Amino acid sequence: MLQTLLPILIFAALALGAAGAVRRIRLWRQGQRTPMVWRRLLLMPRRYLNDLHHIVARDKAMAHTHVATAGGFVAAMALALVVHGFGWRNPILGGLLLAASAVMFVGALAVNRRRLNSPTRPFPRKLSRGPWQRLSKSLIAYSLGMFLVSLPIVGFTPGNLVGVAPTVLGGGVLAIVLAAVLVWGLLEMLVGMGWGGPMKHAFAGSFHLAFHRRPERFDDNHPDASPKKTHDVHRGSRSTALFPLDLTAKTLGVEKPADFQWEQLLGFDACVQCGRCQSVCPAYAAGQPLNPKKLIQDMVVGMAGGSDARYAGSGHPQQAGGIDVGKPGFGHHRGGPSDAIVPQLVEAQTLWACTTCRACVEECPMMIEHVDAIVDMRRFITLERGETPEKGAAAIDNLIATDNPGGLDNASRLDWAADLEIPRIQDRPEGVDVLLWLGDGAFDMRNQRTLRSLVKILRAGGVDFAVLGEEERDSGDVARRLGDEATFQRLAERNIATLSRYRFARIVTADPHSFHVLGREYGAFGGDYVVRHHSTFIAELFDGGRISVAAPAQAETVTYHDPCYLGRYNGEFAAPRQVLAALGVDVVEMERSGYRSRCCGGGGGAALSDVPGRARIPDMRMEDVRTTGATTVAVACPQCTAMLEGVVEPRPRILDLAELVAEALVEPAPAVPETSTSSPSREEEPA
Amino acid sequence: MSPRESTVSPKTVALVSSGRHPVSGRAGRAREDARAVEMGLALVGAELSLGHAGDPQDASLQACLKEYLGMFHGLDDDRGGRLSLLAMSAEDDAVPRLAAWLEQSGVRLVLTGQRAECGEGSGMVGYLLAERLGWSIATGVAAIEHCDDHSVTVLQALPQGQRRRLEIRLPCLIAVDSVADAPRQSAFGPARRGRIELVTDLALASEARVDAARRDWQWEPARARPKRLKVVKSTNARDRFRAAAAKSSASNGQVLTDLTSEEAADKLIAYLRAEKVLAPGDQ
Repeated sequence: MLQTLLPILIFAALALGAAGAVRRIRLWRQGQRTPMVWRRLLLMPRRYLNDLHHIVARDKAMAHTHVATAGGFVAAMALALVVHGFGWRNPILGGLLLAASAVMFVGALAVNRRRLNSPTRPFPRKLSRGPWQRLSKSLIAYSLGMFLVSLPIVGFTPGNLVGVAPTVLGGGVLAIVLAAVLVWGLLEMLVGMGWGGPMKHAFAGSFHLAFHRRPERFDDNHPDASPKKTHDVHRGSRSTALFPLDLTAKTLGVEKPADFQWEQLLGFDACVQCGRCQSVCPAYAAGQPLNPKKLIQDMVVGMAGGSDARYAGSGHPQQAGGIDVGKPGFGHHRGGPSDAIVPQLVEAQTLWACTTCRACVEECPMMIEHVDAIVDMRRFITLERGETPEKGAAAIDNLIATDNPGGLDNASRLDWAADLEIPRIQDRPEGVDVLLWLGDGAFDMRNQRTLRSLVKILRAGGVDFAVLGEEERDSGDVARRLGDEATFQRLAERNIATLSRYRFARIVTADPHSFHVLGREYGAFGGDYVVRHHSTFIAELFDGGRISVAAPAQAETVTYHDPCYLGRYNGEFAAPRQVLAALGVDVVEMERSGYRSRCCGGGGGAALSDVPGRARIPDMRMEDVRTTGATTVAVACPQCTAMLEGVVEPRPRILDLAELVAEALVEPAPAVPETSTSSPSREEEPA
Repeated sequence: MSPRESTVSPKTVALVSSGRHPVSGRAGRAREDARAVEMGLALVGAELSLGHAGDPQDASLQACLKEYLGMFHGLDDDRGGRLSLLAMSAEDDAVPRLAAWLEQSGVRLVLTGQRAECGEGSGMVGYLLAERLGWSIATGVAAIEHCDDHSVTVLQALPQGQRRRLEIRLPCLIAVDSVADAPRQSAFGPARRGRIELVTDLALASEARVDAARRDWQWEPARARPKRLKVVKSTNARDRFRAAAAKSSASNGQVLTDLTSEEAADKLIAYLRAEKVLAPGDQ
């Protein structure tokens, strides 16, 4: 009986699943369309095995579980199609099918074990329940069902089985039970894949990998790509520049889900709700109303239409369904492909809580681009609705009127250096080696100390440098992250026009935000420069033996806080640590450092939007510092300095790398300025 | 009651001018004019139209006017704002043009700032317009409380946070104080959608075109004058606060109440003579 039923079941499930898949593709294609190049699907296997799996492998246990479950399923499904579907009942194939099902069964057990909820092993809060909990059972049903129905092929007959099962049931009843289990498995695995069940992640994920909007992320041969190909580093390029917005487009930014590019909708749909983004998000940890995982699910709700009532994970803190809200359950937020997202589906505060630190993107095994989506939605709020949070709007107004977010006189950009006689590039028509880009930290008294230290180091190293002075404008970073692409592009064009008038070999800056924007984002507007962060440049000075430092007078323990825009955005983890090593101080690493560094809370205009939460992000970061026992935290970003210094005393000292080096500097005999060659970009993990 | 609940809204115009940023000197929204636009948007929403008399060839002026149009968001309708640009050159007089345009377009309520941030910045345009049109004028207005087809009730800002309620017959001109509600953000999208309509067909007498008074003026940069420091010798926090909050240091004024209009006029004339504003023989 099963022999006639099985092909029908398998092909019916395939057909139903395929129908759902076609419908799903239509849902994605509601977005802004680019031509669908089907050929790109061929890229998928390599991207899965190479890039996606390496991110999954940061959690070894989960990686093995997934290999067993997914690998077992794919093999079992393919073999089942041949053996049961087309009826080629070859004992060898049957044996392989049994093995594949068994492997999948073992994987499924591991999946279930991870999801147990016992006093010793509480259910991991990052995971979702609901359909995902059901999936763990369905995996068992499928693998077990497939195993049992395949037994006859290698010689076990129902007659043998009867011996195993209670004889009263008889073969017929057993077959019905077996068929029911198998139907359950097939419904979940094949029909559910097309119709939006949890297995959708395999189907949407495959397409997402193939049609990813940032193909550079998968390109190992990209000039930016990391030279090391180990498991837990980034493999392809760090494609982190925001996409430029066409300011003549009909709608500016994303108002409704259909305004996203279709690849973005596809990306949202690929989410497995593993919650890795949730556990690294600084805003979520601070109790601000943003959970990146829920946000992506909100986007899926918007794309498919309906409410978030079926979501079974953690919500946005402070909102219905959030961990600290009395109102239980979801369903208060609704959306549709052509309905405005804010505020019915996502509340504006959720979008403004993001610090654009990219921790979620870095951690996402599906390589979903959360930050792009958030900035797209912010663009609509700022450019069309004019509802930027108050201080953000004031900063934008100042940028328009004075070219800096503080509304200060741009001519005072060099006031801190009145006694330093820093050369102006205007007086050096023959060109200089280094153009020192000051950034808006030049207006901040704390950062001015860093800049003075940096100037001291440059002088000690005999570097031929100059500054733009009052001709320097804000890079536009904060305007861009707040969604004001118009102001950003205006500033970018003006800065590029200014820079084109002068000759310099490279730009050095102490501000990772300027570093990122000048180095990575101006390219789209015709500004291609060699930009170095001061940590890289100081490391080069040490390498070249151009500066020397005295050994520390007393032993000091230092920890280093990786700025997001230097580390995760640009892959510079090694140079700052090299500088610290050159100083001869004891360096302890925080638990979250390198590519997993926790944001200081000051990026992406978050310090301006200032969304209230349960804790402050810099306080949490300072707690990380305290745990290491370090007495000094070395920083490399004016924003991080400001945020961490905002933590109440007593706390470890906060010193910029430049300050640490300048303190220890041994003044050499006057050196002859020479032009040093730039070394290739560093992207290495701290040891 | 909030102004938006008013049943009938008269045809309303906000007159705007090019502002000058106090630090950079760049053109942008003028602070008081932007508040006038905000007040107008809160009162009549997208029905508000804007007016400016200036040089249509001036690119920075265009950009600045677009900034005002960028305030047309968060309203019931998404059409985008309209601004009438009355073409004139720098030598021309804005008042007759504005007056002719306002008369021609049937406007009953005009909102504007008290004084421009550049150009002559005399603060006289409102008065001259009201005089020419025969309208009422209220200056230093902090809020509109109520508006119907015949009259408008406003709160006028006085020193030390005091407010005076005025009921004014329409048509009238309202000059908005800097204590009025802060203007909404100017957004790029609405600014892009807003339309600037050039008005060139105003019927003007030829002698009204050129600013005659201006021809004889001598122009020189303003000088910052030293400010007298106000030293408050008091150990009392309340007195210090009052001294710090006081706008005017006039001490020898009198408050006259319950006078007939003739008596009041006599008192005013006597005061102006004492201050030598009027010559003794003037009437």
